[in-house]
Amino acid sequence: MKIATGNDLATGDVIWWDGEGWSRHVEDSADVGETGTALIAREEAARHVNGPYVIDATETPHGPRPAHITDRIRARGPTVRLDLNVAPADAGSGSWVI
Amino acid sequence: MYKYDSYDQTIVDTRVEEFREQVARRMAGELSEDQFKPLRLMNGLYLQLHAYMLRVAIPYGTLDGRQMRMLAHIARTYDKGYGHFTTRQNIQYNWIELADTPDILAELATVEMHAIQTSGNCIRNISSDQFAGAAADEITDPRPWAELLRQWSTFHPEFSYLPRKFKICVIAADEDRAAMRLHDIGIQLTRNEAGEIGAAIYVGGGMGRTPMVSPLIKDFVPIDDLLSYVEAALRVYNRYGRRDNIYKARIKILIHEIGADSYRQQVEEEWAHVKTLGLDPPRAEFDRITAMFAPPAFDADAHDTIDRGDPDFALWVDQNVARHKQAGYAIATISLKAIGGIPGDATAEQIDLMADLAERYSFDELRVTHAQNIVLPHVRKADLYPLWQALDGAGLATANLDLISDIIACPGLDYCSLANARSIPLAQKIANRFASLERQRDLGELKLKISGCINACGHHHAGHIGILGVDKRGAENYQLLLGGSGAEDASLGKITGPGFDEDGVVDAIERTVETYRAVRTDGERFLDTYRRVGMEPFKEAIYG
Repeated sequence: MKIATGNDLATGDVIWWDGEGWSRHVEDSADVGETGTALIAREEAARHVNGPYVIDATETPHGPRPAHITDRIRARGPTVRLDLNVAPADAGSGSWVI
Repeated sequence: MYKYDSYDQTIVDTRVEEFREQVARRMAGELSEDQFKPLRLMNGLYLQLHAYMLRVAIPYGTLDGRQMRMLAHIARTYDKGYGHFTTRQNIQYNWIELADTPDILAELATVEMHAIQTSGNCIRNISSDQFAGAAADEITDPRPWAELLRQWSTFHPEFSYLPRKFKICVIAADEDRAAMRLHDIGIQLTRNEAGEIGAAIYVGGGMGRTPMVSPLIKDFVPIDDLLSYVEAALRVYNRYGRRDNIYKARIKILIHEIGADSYRQQVEEEWAHVKTLGLDPPRAEFDRITAMFAPPAFDADAHDTIDRGDPDFALWVDQNVARHKQAGYAIATISLKAIGGIPGDATAEQIDLMADLAERYSFDELRVTHAQNIVLPHVRKADLYPLWQALDGAGLATANLDLISDIIACPGLDYCSLANARSIPLAQKIANRFASLERQRDLGELKLKISGCINACGHHHAGHIGILGVDKRGAENYQLLLGGSGAEDASLGKITGPGFDEDGVVDAIERTVETYRAVRTDGERFLDTYRRVGMEPFKEAIYG
């Protein structure tokens, strides 16, 4: 599957296209199929996202997981500061990152 | 320390308000990201993996307690409670919001700080010896010249759009503590036979994907002509440096392609012209700057002994304290390399504490080192023990300066959008593997440096042991290098062979240092042994 990601214009937070808008959680990502390029152009022009791009991902029972390590780290946060992660209370939430 | 005059303050304040308007226009959609990106970069604002990152300039690594406390305030108020001291003697904040940036810059301006020229193809923060003004071996304090260069290079109309970024370093001792010959221009202040101060000029050093140790371009420039010579050196680069290929655009490539002799000749011709333009400052202006770097009021009667009764304190003194030019005083380096910690990171509370300690014990001065540590440059020997106790209570008394766990590491793939592999977890694993201070001290001086990509922010080429993270079919992989040095014996490390995964490279380092222990002679550092015996014994041990 293909999913779209970028950063929030104001906060810089990593965000993921969920089919209707942008979510902080990679698990919410929607498969953008072949529409990704047009989608991110439209969303960037509307200032809903900064620096968007489309990536390969794998569908899992827990939601989409980015194919490349860079985006897996983006999805969760620094591997060396789990307290700053998107889901810091869930210690196991990033076990799939590395 | 240098204090802003009304021109400096106006420049910085005006820039803040200009950027405030630019941010507002971006937020309102009047500027696209393509239009805004060069504007934010000129103000030190990057977009990294997780958020915006703000890089704040610390000119030649020198700051006072008030400025240090401001850095803590920004970490606490606008970031997530910590900052990362960098190999360019700056600080970075990793979690900045765009809308907050003008306010942050305005707060910085109140303490004579900014983020100007911490990015872009311009002259970056001038770096220097962290022991400047205190070192027993310097011929003069290099910082007045660094400050002069800072003023000259700030918003220099001709050098704001160079072919690539440009880094200048100024030192004034034979011992190179600032990796001077790995800069685009390295300046070593020296004396000629008549005792006059001048500058030896090295041009064309650097790391990155094409590392080079700079050649000597001119052995002595009279000090009053320094600025015009550097201007000429930049002009030749600006004219002939390549703009068609980002990987060939640094001055080191130009000098490599045309040769040092040809470059030298062109600089001489340009200098002959530039000298007629009256660019070099009048002596009175330079004296004004120099006066602000006058030595503090040292106590000539300060005791010149240290009570070494506490063995842990004695270890710290042996490892982290250096000789000062003034009897009764010492230079103390605060390691930001606690075992298992993140190299270069300090919490807001730690930053505040270091500010307090600088005010109490070091004439209100601190330095940031390119090795990502903090220096208190002027500490009475009698104050070292209470200083150490205060540091120890805050996890800042690790006695590992220049040992294997004093690792330089870039932010790597945990933060950086350019990185291919993580640097920090690897640094933590290595530090933990060699946690025993007794073992570290037995290994002696061993500078280990890690970069998460070929851009070499972690100075891996200059490590006695260097590690380069690469992307191998989507997985992190680490190449091992041996034999680099950023010191006065500058050299570039050589790759040992095929790379390793994270655990594999830690094991390879273990085999490397055990080989060193087996073949070293008395008093020989790791680097000395490597240079004597060559790569083969290490390669055999690593790959067997």
